[in-house]
Amino acid sequence: MAKQKIGIDVGGTNTDVVVLDQKNNVVAKVKTPTTGDITTGILQGLKKVSISKSVQKENVTHIMLGTTHCTNAIVQRKGLAKVASIRIGSPATHLIPPMMDWPEDLKAAVDGHHFIIGGGYEFDGRLLNNLSEDELNEVFNRIKNKVDAIAITGVFSQINSEQENEVCEFFHKKLGKNFPVSLSHEIGSVGILERENATILNAALYPIARDLTDAFNIAVSTMGFNAEIFFGQNDGTLMSVDYARKYPIFTIACGPTDSIRGAAFLSGIQDGIVIDVGGTTTDVGVLVNGFPRESAVSANISDVRTNFRMPDVLSIGLGGGTIIKTVDEQVSIGPESVGFKLSEEAIGFGGATATLTDIGILSGKMNIPEAKSITQIRDQLESKFSKTDEFVKNVLVKIADLTKDVIDSLKTNAEDIPVILVGGGSQLMPDKISGTSSITIPEHYEVANAVGVAIAQISGEVEKVYNIGGTTREQVIEETKSLAIKDAISAGADKKTIEVIDSEDIALAYLPNALKVKVKVAGDLLV
Amino acid sequence: MRELGKQQIEDIALGATVLGTGGGGDPYLGKLMALNAMAEYGNVKMITHEEVPDDALVVPIAFMGAPVILIEKLANGNEAKDALKMLEEKLGKKAFALMPIEAGGMNSMAPLALAAELGLPIVDSDAMGTAYPQLQMVTFTLHDIPSTPLAQADEKGNRVLYETISNLWSEILAGNAIIPMGGACVIACYPVLGKQLKKAGIHDIVTYSEEIGSAIREAKNNSLNPVKTLIEKANGHLLFEGKITDVVRNTEGRFLKGLIKVEGLNDFSDSKMDIDFQNEFLMAKVNGKTVAMVPDLITIVDTETAKPITTETIKYGFRISVIGMPGNEQWRTEKGLEIVGPNAFGYSEEYQPVEKLNQ
Repeated sequence: MAKQKIGIDVGGTNTDVVVLDQKNNVVAKVKTPTTGDITTGILQGLKKVSISKSVQKENVTHIMLGTTHCTNAIVQRKGLAKVASIRIGSPATHLIPPMMDWPEDLKAAVDGHHFIIGGGYEFDGRLLNNLSEDELNEVFNRIKNKVDAIAITGVFSQINSEQENEVCEFFHKKLGKNFPVSLSHEIGSVGILERENATILNAALYPIARDLTDAFNIAVSTMGFNAEIFFGQNDGTLMSVDYARKYPIFTIACGPTDSIRGAAFLSGIQDGIVIDVGGTTTDVGVLVNGFPRESAVSANISDVRTNFRMPDVLSIGLGGGTIIKTVDEQVSIGPESVGFKLSEEAIGFGGATATLTDIGILSGKMNIPEAKSITQIRDQLESKFSKTDEFVKNVLVKIADLTKDVIDSLKTNAEDIPVILVGGGSQLMPDKISGTSSITIPEHYEVANAVGVAIAQISGEVEKVYNIGGTTREQVIEETKSLAIKDAISAGADKKTIEVIDSEDIALAYLPNALKVKVKVAGDLLV
Repeated sequence: MRELGKQQIEDIALGATVLGTGGGGDPYLGKLMALNAMAEYGNVKMITHEEVPDDALVVPIAFMGAPVILIEKLANGNEAKDALKMLEEKLGKKAFALMPIEAGGMNSMAPLALAAELGLPIVDSDAMGTAYPQLQMVTFTLHDIPSTPLAQADEKGNRVLYETISNLWSEILAGNAIIPMGGACVIACYPVLGKQLKKAGIHDIVTYSEEIGSAIREAKNNSLNPVKTLIEKANGHLLFEGKITDVVRNTEGRFLKGLIKVEGLNDFSDSKMDIDFQNEFLMAKVNGKTVAMVPDLITIVDTETAKPITTETIKYGFRISVIGMPGNEQWRTEKGLEIVGPNAFGYSEEYQPVEKLNQ
């Protein structure tokens, strides 16, 4: 039988479910409202899609989930674990203690004691300090029965992870081998504060990740699927359920990534600009070699500084639910939106608020069968804004201007660039945008996010600082690459399809022969 | 005399990174370091050079090492105290005040944490007005002020005291000790008396950093264009606007040298810029024509926020604006150019002021 896979995108407004066949053709798709508990929405989506004749439950081998659940938990400070944060690095690093500049309320929700203990390595792998058993016992006595998880961050653990592992073993012996421990060398790159922050956040997300993965497992088996489950992460690649339970932090910001990847796949375009028009915002990102271009500045998660890979996305307050009005006889668009209340408040759905969806219908760009007729909408708009035709025209011009500006600021050169439009509000966009060479609205544009997570790849990434005395730059890059490939294979990637998607090396100032190398590889999921 | 609080510290760290022209370290760490000490010991007082008695001792404190090491192996916090103590013992004299040696995210902050702990003021002066990669590249050298006795301390408690025959020798010897120390250390050097500082220092530089930092911060709040605001504040020239298309980095000796390639956007589309750096940005060319060079300041900032970007963090794809600012007058003299002019960094080009190149 032909195998199938399912991609699920849980967005702020809708939960989208798509079913793909072995050749990644979309065989079924549904949109259903997102629910507060997430699971109900997913269950609904899976139920609806299962009705389709082209879907055979028993043939579905993989189900992939893209979700902002973890992001929301951090933003709302809800359900987070109390974390003991242990930094290994004394006598170094006392200058700036852990969690120093976290927002107070988030710190209160997460901080269950923090410590700086003796240990760490130098940049060249030499020992900075030994671990002390006495010190570890003291930490244990302080945190016993007081914390739900532990985060361990060692100085230059990217060079040598031995001490982080030793401390982990110590606590696993004391607290049981299933006690959640998050190790920094598995989470982030060089830059101790950012890596430590990410490691602590990761540990804080353990209960969320456990509940989410459990709920997802149950939803999938309740619906009678016997498929392997994956989660989408923010670099456009997938991770297994076990991995997601261990590294929930990597699900942060996977939404824009999935839409960019989905757009690339659906359109066949590898380099260009992706415009995802949703209900509240339009997210514009850049596609380079089929992957989202990463952001340059360090990524903050809820005001906590991290050094994560995040797609370089600009958001503007422009979507199907965006409210339009006139200010001093000039058209004003958003940024306010009616959001998920579109189907109640928009004029086209019997409400009293003029939204971009109404303009879309009136201009003939959007065709929504369940909405009111063009005449009815025109009448109501006429009472709000005189000269309706001119008003509609001005709104469309304004949309084109806003879009052109955001594309301009993302472009790397003056050359015209292909644009791919996805998302439910795509039709609002103009037929022509200056600075673009083509505008493509691919089939299944409205579920591009779910397609993006369904086709996501498995990746491996390694960053290390080497002393290249006695070896060469090429050799250490090669070594880093093979470590990254090993990483990807162990995460489930098909060896034959693995390619390097990012390689970077930086010589360290003042230090002869010291080279920081980072390599990221990705390959297709081994089906 | 005035007191520096949280807001001032944030502004100084940001503004000093603008003046640091890509070097001088990460302003985020610098800020946290100072704030942490001030939370424990109270705010720091800052005095002007005029408030320093002629015979009082002022000691510059600085981090020395690779910024990439500093962001991973944070300091202990006792290094500066150890180095200062060693220097004071050698001189048989207590410091009246501390001062930064260069502008930069970390190094403008370096004396602040210790000043808070010891209850000493810092002086609103430095000896570069920007950041340079070598120890002898200070205005003190122009006035024949020796860098030694120089005390160097690491986080492990190791301390070394130098007496050298020239400031260049201090650079060579102290620079070599950094690697065995684990890539980063703190130095207390160029001990100066009030009367020497008044003549040789670059004055009101911390306040100037603060003004630049607050201008950037407030531009955002007041819906002004941050880059334009920065240019007005810093008497600068917009040299280029574009997107980074390549960063080539090489280690030559102990230095991070490299080249940044930028493709133009907006008013600069169809143009290309090349920027050379050696820890700091040294030379900027548009379509092969030089538009700014050392000792004038070349700074790269994020086009949207005007936040400065340092050489160890700059990457492909950044949308940046490049700003040229006149260097300090002391550096634009014949003697100054010998030490930090284009020839000192291996360029054959003769120095031309940024305002002349961008008339």
